[in-house]
Amino acid sequence: MVELSILVPAILNGITTGAVYALIALGLTLIYGVLHIINFAHGSLLMLALYGVYFLYALFGIDPYLAFPVIVPAMFGLGYALQRFVIARTSHGRDENVLLATLGLSIIIENLALYLWSADTRTVSTPYGFSTVDLGLALIAVPKVVAFFGALIVTGALWLFMRRTDLGKAIRAVARERDGARLVGIDVDHVFAMSFGIGIACLGAAACLLLPSFYANPMVGHGFVLIAFTVVVLGGMGSFPGALLGGLLIGVTESVGGLFLGESLGQIGIFIVFIAILLFRPTGLFGQQA
Amino acid sequence: MVRVTQAAGGSRRRFIAGSAAFAASLSAFPHVARAATPVKIGLLHPVTGAVSYSGTQSRAGAMMAVEDINAAGGIKSLGGAPLEPMLADAQSKADIGAAEVEKLNEAGVAAIVGGYASFICLATTQAAAKHGLPYIVDVGVADQIVQRGLTNTFRFAPGFGVITRRAVAGLDTLNTAAGKPVKTAMIVHEDSLFGTGTANLLSKELPGIGIEVIEVAKHPTPTRDFNNIVLRMKARNPDLVIPANYYDEYVLLARTMLQQKVSPKAIYSVLGGAASQYRFVKEFPDAAAYIMDCNHWYNPKRQAALDLKKKTEAKGLFYTYEVFLNYEAVMLLADALERAASADRAKIIEALASSTWAGHFMPYGPTKFVNGQNEGAQPVNLQVLDNDIKVVLPPDFANAKAVFPMPPRA
Repeated sequence: MVELSILVPAILNGITTGAVYALIALGLTLIYGVLHIINFAHGSLLMLALYGVYFLYALFGIDPYLAFPVIVPAMFGLGYALQRFVIARTSHGRDENVLLATLGLSIIIENLALYLWSADTRTVSTPYGFSTVDLGLALIAVPKVVAFFGALIVTGALWLFMRRTDLGKAIRAVARERDGARLVGIDVDHVFAMSFGIGIACLGAAACLLLPSFYANPMVGHGFVLIAFTVVVLGGMGSFPGALLGGLLIGVTESVGGLFLGESLGQIGIFIVFIAILLFRPTGLFGQQA
Repeated sequence: MVRVTQAAGGSRRRFIAGSAAFAASLSAFPHVARAATPVKIGLLHPVTGAVSYSGTQSRAGAMMAVEDINAAGGIKSLGGAPLEPMLADAQSKADIGAAEVEKLNEAGVAAIVGGYASFICLATTQAAAKHGLPYIVDVGVADQIVQRGLTNTFRFAPGFGVITRRAVAGLDTLNTAAGKPVKTAMIVHEDSLFGTGTANLLSKELPGIGIEVIEVAKHPTPTRDFNNIVLRMKARNPDLVIPANYYDEYVLLARTMLQQKVSPKAIYSVLGGAASQYRFVKEFPDAAAYIMDCNHWYNPKRQAALDLKKKTEAKGLFYTYEVFLNYEAVMLLADALERAASADRAKIIEALASSTWAGHFMPYGPTKFVNGQNEGAQPVNLQVLDNDIKVVLPPDFANAKAVFPMPPRA
């Protein structure tokens, strides 16, 4: 009933979207893996990053892909500062408080955005925005192809960072055994802040890749939070390969779901997957037993 | 003749009688003795949120009418009373729109014009009805709006029942004249009141003119990705594509169709959100070429309409339907105020219900309100030709010949 000629493009579109979901989920899973906190502000911070990329384009004419060197460090700095000076201070070390702190942050950020920039949807119209790459069976939009490869490159870079650098090793040490890491002289608070910063920097990268084919408005984070959580749970909390594979799977599920069930109902596939994972494999595809 | 016998009492009586006569004369010659109180009118539009472009255009049209009326001396039967606009933002949400109506009511407005979107108008007209507040719907085309027995609600422009029937009749005329090349159609609509209602009506009427609806795709507002819908379009390969959605989504759908090299025999919209928009034609001429629409339009042979076009473009705005429909809605209200010679809500409602206003520049029949709907209102058939929007049907108002079917895309 559904021919290959439209199923294959739907799957390919889904993979390109999924790579960006993976990048967003990567930040979330890193923050969870190291700090053991669920960052409810993830969606609103992505929204801030999207606005950042938008304003760089609208006010200074900087192409979203060229905004990387500005947005990624800026989001890193924001993440570091938020963890060091806001979340750590307000939570007094208790996990339940951290949840509330991040939730409170998300509400403040969203309403600030609504107040400053109104509810209007902002889009950018780049010259390559509607060009396509002809893959024979499918015509895939250029921004989506760039997003796919961009997300893979950033994920690869992050993985290398975690494996090869001292800071990466310190982060993994803190994630594995917090007190032991403290005993061997690792500055745990600094590592926490660095991890949060890197997680939010991933959002900056995702925003640069996402905006040419998407949009920004104060509510845009909500949709992504749910998807990011689903990906993290699907892949296993704290697992990088899990986040990548989970992202791709969810992207394809959403795209194929939309094809069969229509735009309004298509997202249901994601939540069915979420519930199924929780029921049958709660630790996720690559997760470790608690 | 009263004979005054006591001088002191007489002069006091004369003073009192004189004052009474003076006071009586005041009410007989109001514009001589006191300044006219401005008439407050509410202008409610979704100037932020998902349909903010249409909302801001709507507000601009309404404000230009207020300026023109005040510049021409205000409401003469109220002593030259100027219109005092009270602006409100519905934020593209029905509940916020209703809340704004309450605020406008408390501010003491004589009437409200606006709403723009059908789903907002449905809520705002109802909120206004609670207070007997006259409400002129500017655009909102859902027929339900004027079919609930609300005596306060009026609509000068046509509803989608009339628009869809004219659209189908127009399509039949074009299809027959070309030898009936179009046999199948796909409808792409947004999922709120406007889109769903239009889609349902079309699904019922199209088979009657020999066109089979082979696929209906719905989507929310906003939607930022039409890849799946266009993929389904490629698979089903309809002769005709009928979009019914708001501006941003219409543009994105048309561009995605061009991008994915989908080439139907015609793109025919009914109230296409971007189809008859100069902004769309100017920004994306390739995606807009040959698109046909059955929509609100001005009478191109009326100078007043062309003057307003110049004035609008001088402000750096595109001359869209939201502008001229709102302009005319406020003008209608001004005419009603003139005839009611009062800012009393009930009198305004009466004046609107009995209105036969002919001082407009729309391509309509004679004005006559039945249950709040102007029976003379009608849409026209338009097509994007030579990077401009032309009227192709009905012949009385046409200024170009239709190209149907459209040439295949490369």
